[in-house]
Amino acid sequence: MEQSERSALRRAAARLRLDVLEQVFTAQSGHPGGALSSADILTWLYNKELNLDPAQPRWPDRDRFVLSKGHSSPGLYAALARRGFFDPALLPTFRKSGSILQGHPDMKKIPGVDMTSGSLGQGVSTACGMALAAKLDGASWRVYTLLGDGEMEEGQVWEAAMFAAHNKLDNMCWIVDSNGLQIDGRVEDVAGPGPLDKKFEGFGFQVLKVDGHDFDALEAAFAAARAEKGRPTVILATTVKGKGVSFMEDQAGWHGKAPNAEQYAQAKQELEAELARWEVE
Amino acid sequence: MEPIKEATRVSFGETLAELAAEYPDLVVLDADLSKATRTDIFAAACPERFVNCGIAECNMLGVAAGLAAAGKIPVAATFAMFSAGRAYEQIRNSVGYPHLNVKIAGTHAGVSVGEDGATHQCLEDMALMRTIPGMTVLCPADHYETKAAVRGMLEHEGPVYIRLGRLPVDSVYHAHSLENFTIGKGNLLREGTDVALLATGLEVPEALAAAELLAAQGVSAAVADIHTIKPLDAELVAELARKTGAVVTAEEHSAIGGLGDAVLAALADADVRVPVEKVAVQDVYGHSGTGMGLVDEFGLRAKDIAAAALRVAARK
Ligand SMILES: Cc1ncc(C[n+]2csc(CCOP(=O)(O)OP(=O)(O)O)c2C)c(N)n1
Ligand SMILES: [Mg+2]
Repeated sequence: MEQSERSALRRAAARLRLDVLEQVFTAQSGHPGGALSSADILTWLYNKELNLDPAQPRWPDRDRFVLSKGHSSPGLYAALARRGFFDPALLPTFRKSGSILQGHPDMKKIPGVDMTSGSLGQGVSTACGMALAAKLDGASWRVYTLLGDGEMEEGQVWEAAMFAAHNKLDNMCWIVDSNGLQIDGRVEDVAGPGPLDKKFEGFGFQVLKVDGHDFDALEAAFAAARAEKGRPTVILATTVKGKGVSFMEDQAGWHGKAPNAEQYAQAKQELEAELARWEVE
Repeated sequence: MEPIKEATRVSFGETLAELAAEYPDLVVLDADLSKATRTDIFAAACPERFVNCGIAECNMLGVAAGLAAAGKIPVAATFAMFSAGRAYEQIRNSVGYPHLNVKIAGTHAGVSVGEDGATHQCLEDMALMRTIPGMTVLCPADHYETKAAVRGMLEHEGPVYIRLGRLPVDSVYHAHSLENFTIGKGNLLREGTDVALLATGLEVPEALAAAELLAAQGVSAAVADIHTIKPLDAELVAELARKTGAVVTAEEHSAIGGLGDAVLAALADADVRVPVEKVAVQDVYGHSGTGMGLVDEFGLRAKDIAAAALRVAARK
């Protein structure tokens, strides 16, 4: 990847993180931690990976994306708005009554949202259904789904894993946002679903481990996923929850809390500095 | 004692912690929402009898059934959507059918969940839980009643579902007035002759306020707190319906299958033919908004109950 391309992605990611911050602050509600940890993954998907046409959100041949960890909705909404699916001016209506931007993704209200989600463990099954539909039609579009590492505790996730491998859904790519935290603390302390690599290998997946904040690593992993035949791929992306806002980083307390005015000002300053940094390089 | 404005989920967590010593077999389970269901208060007081099951609600209800089968008194807590909703079939077959002594808490029930939106606003939990033979369904209104209900559910032998809310609610009761809390017995809070307002949970204070609005218009409304949806206090319901000749039910729940339908069935069984209106969420999903803003939008406030009361009174 050219440095200019890398810088452009860094800028887009900083922009997305700012949008997340604005939404959660304006709403005084929502989940910043997991939206920030997955910001680089979403930036890659919506700028480089997904074959989409914002003018036709329901284009039948588009790639599908299912946010199985639906609480990271402000990240998805920012990505969709910046990609042109709807006016970014709507972002500050997030979670307010009458807004299309529901607390969790709503496919009937929001252009570009392929599946309604919010109840953990369910999105990934619906993604399997979409991938199966593409196979039945002999279509070449692909399905991507983003899960949380806490979400891996849902039994339904493993039912979906069994289904995807058994049905050879090589047209789907799962991404696990492995930020190490859920609501009640560290994933390994609460319930310990790991080691994920061995589990997914046992289930018959191609398993790729990457740094989820490294665009070069993401590029390589998504290319390997596309090239794989006969089995689904899971990308285990190691991330930092709250990434980009110093006081939110790796803090379970910032899973589902909105910043106050002072915290907002500091977070904004940090993210604007990050944006400016990639502006110049 | 001072009236307390507290969310019923907080009162629930506090009471579990208070009862830890009295109930050595009590085991509390949660599914990664202990800071929200407030079982974290119990966990801090009694860590050895708290187990976080992770985000795996169906398994948690199965574990609860096993604990109960081995003589423990498990309390399994998560959002109503994920206990009564997601784990319905586990509750039905592993808890209800063997009639095990499992206590199920559904917090963040109703539209007053607010900003999280429709996927988290459970409007069906009382309906679902009512369909299970032998299940007791409780929906306390305030801090004091929740404390009494939590104690009551632990004393009770058999499966119990308790519905709890996210928002702080004004207290309807004072500590001493609940010495006579009995599962299955509604509490008549206000006498009246023209219409009966039968409310549960967060709607109880709304019904009391509605009675005030009606009194100002010369309409005398009786108000009863129906804290037990199952077994319903059919005697009280029939008596108030006969006495007033018109009934309004009020619940922060779907109009299908909750308090309103339980009351209608009880009235039909007792051959009491009076006009009835259900103040409830009318067969639609919720959406994002502020908690009380949505209670307003969905027509669940005192003014809505009062308007319904005038309509049923006119139909007599
Ligand atoms: C079925 C279900 N149970 C519980 C919740 C409540 N909940 C929302 S987010 C969350 C923790 C998620 O942790 P993780 O998957 O690691 O997400 P991330 O760290 O990426 O935010 C929980 C328990 C839910 N949305 N759905
Ligand atoms: Mg996580």
